[in-house]
Amino acid sequence: MKPGSTFAACTALVRRDFTLIWRRRGDALNPILFALIVVALFPFALGPEPENLRRIAAGIVFVALLLSGLLALDTLFRGDYEDGSLEQLVLSPHPLALLLACKVAVHWLTTALPLLVVAPLLAEMLNLPHGVLPVLLTALALATPLLSLIGAVCVALTVGMRRSGMLLALLVLPLYVPVLIFGAGACNAAQAGLAYLAPLLWLGAGLVLAVVLAPLACAAALKISLS
Amino acid sequence: MNALTLWFHKIGSPPTFYRIAGALAPWLFGIAFVLGAVALYGGLVMAPRDYQQGDAYRIIFIHVPCAWMSLFAYAFMAVNAFIALVWRIKLSELLAMASAPIGAAFTFVTLVTGSIWGKPMWGTWWTWDARLTSELVLLFLYLGVIGLYHAIEDRRQAARAASFLALIGIVNVPIVHFSVNWWNTLHQGQTVRLMGESKISGDMVWPLLVMALATHVWFFASLFARTRVGLLELEGGKDWAREVALADGGGRS
Amino acid sequence: MTDFLAMGGYGIYIWPAYAVFVVVFAIDAIAPRLRRRRVLADIRGKLRRRQAREATP
Repeated sequence: MKPGSTFAACTALVRRDFTLIWRRRGDALNPILFALIVVALFPFALGPEPENLRRIAAGIVFVALLLSGLLALDTLFRGDYEDGSLEQLVLSPHPLALLLACKVAVHWLTTALPLLVVAPLLAEMLNLPHGVLPVLLTALALATPLLSLIGAVCVALTVGMRRSGMLLALLVLPLYVPVLIFGAGACNAAQAGLAYLAPLLWLGAGLVLAVVLAPLACAAALKISLS
Repeated sequence: MNALTLWFHKIGSPPTFYRIAGALAPWLFGIAFVLGAVALYGGLVMAPRDYQQGDAYRIIFIHVPCAWMSLFAYAFMAVNAFIALVWRIKLSELLAMASAPIGAAFTFVTLVTGSIWGKPMWGTWWTWDARLTSELVLLFLYLGVIGLYHAIEDRRQAARAASFLALIGIVNVPIVHFSVNWWNTLHQGQTVRLMGESKISGDMVWPLLVMALATHVWFFASLFARTRVGLLELEGGKDWAREVALADGGGRS
Repeated sequence: MTDFLAMGGYGIYIWPAYAVFVVVFAIDAIAPRLRRRRVLADIRGKLRRRQAREATP
């Protein structure tokens, strides 16, 4: 690996991000804890009857993970913005979109992947039929990177704002709705015994598009917010 | 430079646009008002009762034009947002940002009148059918653009960020509509079939079209008024803005 | 007249809907005027302060 090459830059960035997160590895539990709390609240709100919970289990798990992901989005650029390394990243001679794609990948691995691991537990808490679980996990595996990529573009627009929480939620909501519809829709279809492949394929197509386009959009958005 | 290019550049100059828009706006408001009044008379008084929906259908004369305008305003905003991002023309930035609140107003009225119309027709204040749900998401898109524009201090950077968001939004609108449509088919059993195919008679069409024209004219009237204020805010330190402020004196509008 | 207001029993839906329409666009017309007044007053204020600063060296 040639020092100074783009590949070296990406590896260095990935290693740095992982190291920084490892130093605060306790924080990785926050999204998991939040998702657990959200899911746990529903039986208290709706009553413990398994039949009731079963009908909306997949949807609740999806929304809980979506909200946890939304909270976790803030950490994507905040640390780098505050210590000035984000500006250095934007100024670097290497393709910004590629560097940002690496950042989002590390962010997904450290925030969403733990949630995916916890998802079966959440599903079990809500009595999701076991046959639906593989569909749920597939849908989540396709949806969460999509949510991270779309979210990254919106976070780039609000980077540096002190109290951007509500604004960020407002910005991502219209973009998250289709992902949620197809993701949870696939699970609900599977649960009803209907065909569920089509929405999963739509999610996959969206993910492929997002992997290519979102880093570019994110780079453009960062250049606007940091100008 | 030929006459058309020269005219185009002149229009983009803040003091020129301020003056021209200032001259046109009152006329546009007046025309919109008259057209609106004519349309309302036609719709409320002259149009006959519908054989299926009785008099309740009369909400159509404000609901449908507002729905059309909510989409037109977004398209107008997106076009100007694109120009603002690519060519950095100040006037386009302001036109895009000024369209957002007007579009949001039309979207809000569409949703509320749609909801009120829904109560006697479908027995419910709200239903998650494809069009109403997409319209709700459209409202959130508008609110996002407005919110982002007001969250950033530097006006030009704020306009660029919000314009970028508007363009992302317009890519999203067909996606949302498509996904919401699919989502509705999934739950076909529960959704109530909307208004049956009632033939709309000529007596009912013309007030609708006149109101559609009125709302278009209103859009531009309001757009000009808001853009003028935006120009003053942006160019506050320039001589032409100071002259306007001093001429205005204190208190007079 | 009462027939007109009753609108075949649907008056309670139609008139509030039209009222929302009128109110929203009244606000749409008035809000820019109020902002304009404020912005012009701001510009005048800044001008006054700048002239005061320049007058007293």
